[in-house]
Amino acid sequence: MISRRALGIAILGAAALAAAALLGPPRLTAERGAAGAAAPELTPLAQAARDHAVQALTEFDTGKMTRLPGGRILREYWIEAKHAEVEVAPNVRFPAWTFDGAVPGPTIRCTEGDSIRIYFTNRGTMPHSMHFHGFHRANMDGVFEQVSPGQTFIYEFAARPAGLHVYHCHTMPVKMHIARGLFGAFLIDPKTPRPKAREMVMVMNGFDTDLNGEDNEFYTVNGYANVYFRDYPIPVKLGELQRVYLVNMTELDLVNSMHTHATFFDVYPTGTSTRPSLYTDTIVLGQGERAILEFRYPYQGRYLFHAHQNEFAELGWLGQFEVKP
Amino acid sequence: MSRESGGRAGGSSLRIVAAALAPLLLVAAMTWWFLAAGVSWLRLGTAPIEKLAIERVVFRPQEIVLNVRNEGPAMSVGQILVNEAMWDFSITPARDLDRLESAVISIPFDWLEAEPYRLTVVSGTGIRHTREVDVAMLTPTVDPRSLIVFGLLGVFVGVIPVLLGLLWLPFLRALPRAWMDFWIALTMGLLLFLGIDTLKEALEILERVPSFLNGAMLTALGAVGAFLALTGVGRAMGGGSSRRGGAESTGSKVARGAVSGMGLATLIAIGIGLHNLGEGLAIGAAYTLGEVALGSFLIVGFTLHNTTEGLAILSPLVEGKAPIRNLALLGLIGGAPTILGTWAGAFTYSDPLSLLFLGIGAGAIFQVVRVLALARVQGGEAVLDSLARPRLLAGLLAGFVVMYATSLLVAG
Repeated sequence: MISRRALGIAILGAAALAAAALLGPPRLTAERGAAGAAAPELTPLAQAARDHAVQALTEFDTGKMTRLPGGRILREYWIEAKHAEVEVAPNVRFPAWTFDGAVPGPTIRCTEGDSIRIYFTNRGTMPHSMHFHGFHRANMDGVFEQVSPGQTFIYEFAARPAGLHVYHCHTMPVKMHIARGLFGAFLIDPKTPRPKAREMVMVMNGFDTDLNGEDNEFYTVNGYANVYFRDYPIPVKLGELQRVYLVNMTELDLVNSMHTHATFFDVYPTGTSTRPSLYTDTIVLGQGERAILEFRYPYQGRYLFHAHQNEFAELGWLGQFEVKP
Repeated sequence: MSRESGGRAGGSSLRIVAAALAPLLLVAAMTWWFLAAGVSWLRLGTAPIEKLAIERVVFRPQEIVLNVRNEGPAMSVGQILVNEAMWDFSITPARDLDRLESAVISIPFDWLEAEPYRLTVVSGTGIRHTREVDVAMLTPTVDPRSLIVFGLLGVFVGVIPVLLGLLWLPFLRALPRAWMDFWIALTMGLLLFLGIDTLKEALEILERVPSFLNGAMLTALGAVGAFLALTGVGRAMGGGSSRRGGAESTGSKVARGAVSGMGLATLIAIGIGLHNLGEGLAIGAAYTLGEVALGSFLIVGFTLHNTTEGLAILSPLVEGKAPIRNLALLGLIGGAPTILGTWAGAFTYSDPLSLLFLGIGAGAIFQVVRVLALARVQGGEAVLDSLARPRLLAGLLAGFVVMYATSLLVAG
């Protein structure tokens, strides 16, 4: 409410409006290089967040491989739930719950039909679990078999179906366990490999840093706001096939999206078909949804990619490809 | 007995000093123990609830400046959001803030006049601290033009209305003397309204003032202080007039601190002046806080409303002489502080100071109401009984209603 005394001044407003007319419209955040205060030297937490984002982009955990009698491949993975403070935007810390110490957790990669064994140890202070998307028996679903602090649980199943999936904690309240960081990509390659390409994993999420359970303060890809815009513009080879494994693990917002500047991509929803369903430059994914995107850059230069909900882009979901010959 | 008096005479000043300091030393020792060991011994974990106040938002060409103060435990500034978008900023002296430490955050931003802005500081722990500006306005700087503009604003809403109100004097004098009670009571009604309105203004500011400043007590300090100070002034003036042989002043009135004529009018003018100082502060501050109502008709309403303040000053002057020069002086005492207020509010606004001044204004006004009420007491009547006389009651209510009605003209 405007105070009774707060008046008067309106006459001055007219002059002010005239002054306003002289100012241009506000420039786009992206163009002026938003992304928070520039910090030349990184703090240890910032360095860790940056390093993790760079790793998460291209590193896959393919497990410890053993050839079983009969020719099947057994892959064993060791994963721990840990509560850890991480930096999610420059100088903003978050009390995360993580798989292996960072958000997102490691990208688990295998081939369709492989025998999977995951040794999950809960190093947190409350029960957690791992719930994998894909086929498995009821007792491997990570819902009713909660893992208490200090306990280990072994998940065993055959990797099916081929595609781009996710895993996440399924302890209630689930939205909180996911929002706090307990998720990661789960990639099952088809028996016939996809064409050779430069591969990248991008897990989109939001961080509800004030923990009010209502909205996200920051949006990131691979856990650190604007990391591929500010700290590590992603190098791309001109004309080379690029494949992005795009996963949406955002909570509290219905959808997230990705838009590439100056190129179009083939979309393979959930990666379950080898035939693309769409050729576009903007894709929207619901919570838990994922897609494989394939594209090439026809021209060199710097190109943005970001959520096309620009309110997300301006809260951290912004990156750039640096295309060079 | 003799030993005691002997001890005093001996004046062991060391013992007196020790007696004065001993409680302080003990309190200090206890505090030291509590902080050093007691907190952990009692297992009173620390619950770090962050509190960051965005005390002031300054709009400069292509720049928004935030003055922030940490009112909670040590914290740091992480990110700045302008309308929910991360934005570049610089902060001085540092992003880490100890308790009660302040910092200045500069945000390069092409803001637009008259548009709303939502400014959020996200702390190092991810907590949001937001301040909303309803209408962005270039923050005035102290330059000749701003001084003139805000000065004229004060003249328009403060000085002119009060002076115009004084022009009612011939009209009041033409009315039957029997109606004097009514006019005095009307004045009391007007003043009561202003006093309560001043406190209401303080309450609104209190909502945004850091709790550690204990703003309500600042207002109380101002109110009680002004009330007592003006009571003293009134007593001195009353005594003076009786010594000069004021025929009307009875001994009992003097004893109660009652004054009449020009003295009383001066008291009323001072009270109204202090009220208008607070009013001016609020007007100037409203501009810098971007709470400006977009409509010049409000200024007109304000002017009408304040004209009644002139009427309030007049009532003690109906009888006796009132030279034009004195009237003009009274008008300035009542109205000119508005100018000081608009200047201070626009250029160096501070919520705590405003609270103090609003308290002073309220205290001054209530003291004047008290003086007026005492002047109406007949014989051994209680004050409230005397106010129940029909004409007084009617006047009181009429004054309040007139103020209420004109206040509707400026209701934001």
